[in-house]
Amino acid sequence: MIYKLRASAAEAVADIFHGATVLIGGFGAAGSPIELIHALIDQGAEGLTVISNNTGSGRVGLAALIEQGRVAKMICSFPRTANSTVFQDKYGNGSIQLELVPQGTLAERIRAGGAGIPSFYTPTALGTSLARGKEVRKFGDREYVLEYGLTADFALIKCLRCDRYGNLVYNKTARNFAPIMATAAKTTIVQTQSYVEAGELDPEGIVTPGVFVDRIVRIPEPLQESSLVAAGAVYP
Amino acid sequence: MSDGKRPGIGWSHEAIAWNIANDIPDGAVVNLGVGLPEKVVDYIPQGREVLFHTENGLLGMGPSAAIAHADPELINAGKKCVTAVAGAAYFHHADSFAMIRGGHIDFCVLGAMQVSQTGDLANWTMGEGDPAPAVGGAMDLVAGVRRIFIAMTHCTKSGEPKLLRACTLPLTGKGVVSRVYTDLATIAIGPHCFEVLAMAPGVDRDYLQTRTGSDLIFRTSAEVEANRQ
Repeated sequence: MIYKLRASAAEAVADIFHGATVLIGGFGAAGSPIELIHALIDQGAEGLTVISNNTGSGRVGLAALIEQGRVAKMICSFPRTANSTVFQDKYGNGSIQLELVPQGTLAERIRAGGAGIPSFYTPTALGTSLARGKEVRKFGDREYVLEYGLTADFALIKCLRCDRYGNLVYNKTARNFAPIMATAAKTTIVQTQSYVEAGELDPEGIVTPGVFVDRIVRIPEPLQESSLVAAGAVYP
Repeated sequence: MSDGKRPGIGWSHEAIAWNIANDIPDGAVVNLGVGLPEKVVDYIPQGREVLFHTENGLLGMGPSAAIAHADPELINAGKKCVTAVAGAAYFHHADSFAMIRGGHIDFCVLGAMQVSQTGDLANWTMGEGDPAPAVGGAMDLVAGVRRIFIAMTHCTKSGEPKLLRACTLPLTGKGVVSRVYTDLATIAIGPHCFEVLAMAPGVDRDYLQTRTGSDLIFRTSAEVEANRQ
């Protein structure tokens, strides 16, 4: 029997090891799997490489994971928000590394990694400092930069609905990176608002097929990162 | 004023957004960057159907959401709560940037720190000593969208020109800008230099030239009309 449901977020993230590479979904607060991130903070793994578009806001979720000194390296496109200096402080004193990647290149590197494609050429960043030292090749009359696929040990993502097989449906722009991240990790862990029996989701409307999902945690009423940040919450 | 700008002249940010919106044709698909460009959505002339794309996975973005209806999972690239129009579609990031990089978006409106007379754009970092360099989707947008419009103030807060012979800040892309819409003028990137298409009320040629870091040429209205689109 296919059964991916776990009793708690703590159980789902228990084997994330020191030095693991972890994909974390979300674009700003939208889609950020905050309960899974908080479980990872409680769990204690250190020296993580985190791949996520941003670096969190306030002092909760991803920002809290960084503030706790658990992230050795961030791979992201936009490590800046109006309401958080956690990443900037660590980056400023040299205690966290940054690999800055244009957003579309980041997405395509994850998509490629998850699809078994080791590298590709893209026109993005040509002639800029972010292409420095990278191979450039001409196709037709245009030059392109060589980039590499990204894979990870774990992915932490959030969805709206999930069935027993791990088929996923998302909510609006909270979808963002989650479907591609689900494909690019050895172990994909999803937190879902609602969990249903196989067959209850319309097969035509499934966004992430269950083959990409390994563990499911039910979080019926997820915390809203934006509300926590507005209230000045600090985790833990 | 301390920065040498004449007081009381120039277009407001809303007027800049209006100028841009009026140059976007019926049927266009448009990506809007963060900040001033977000206002363009409010000024599309009646009778034109324009679809707005936001990089975080929505085609068919509507105006900002009223606070009572704000949904933290329905946001734009600037992470502000927005709405979705009837007929909107959600998609993941790789699809969103396939639209961008694959040439499926007609126009993009971005902010800028500097623009050169050859259309080079600098809008992502102040360079050395940046406390946290952040690029977002800007480099993908300029690499893939057919026409890049820039919405910005003509000069920096301290009065330095942002339209230059060559950018001094790290580039976002080379030769990518089509037009620049500022508080003082609307300017096309011509084959050899900046070409002024329109000036704000109260702005004259000499004044505009003193606020610009490269030579300007001035088109007659007939030439501008002939060159439209």
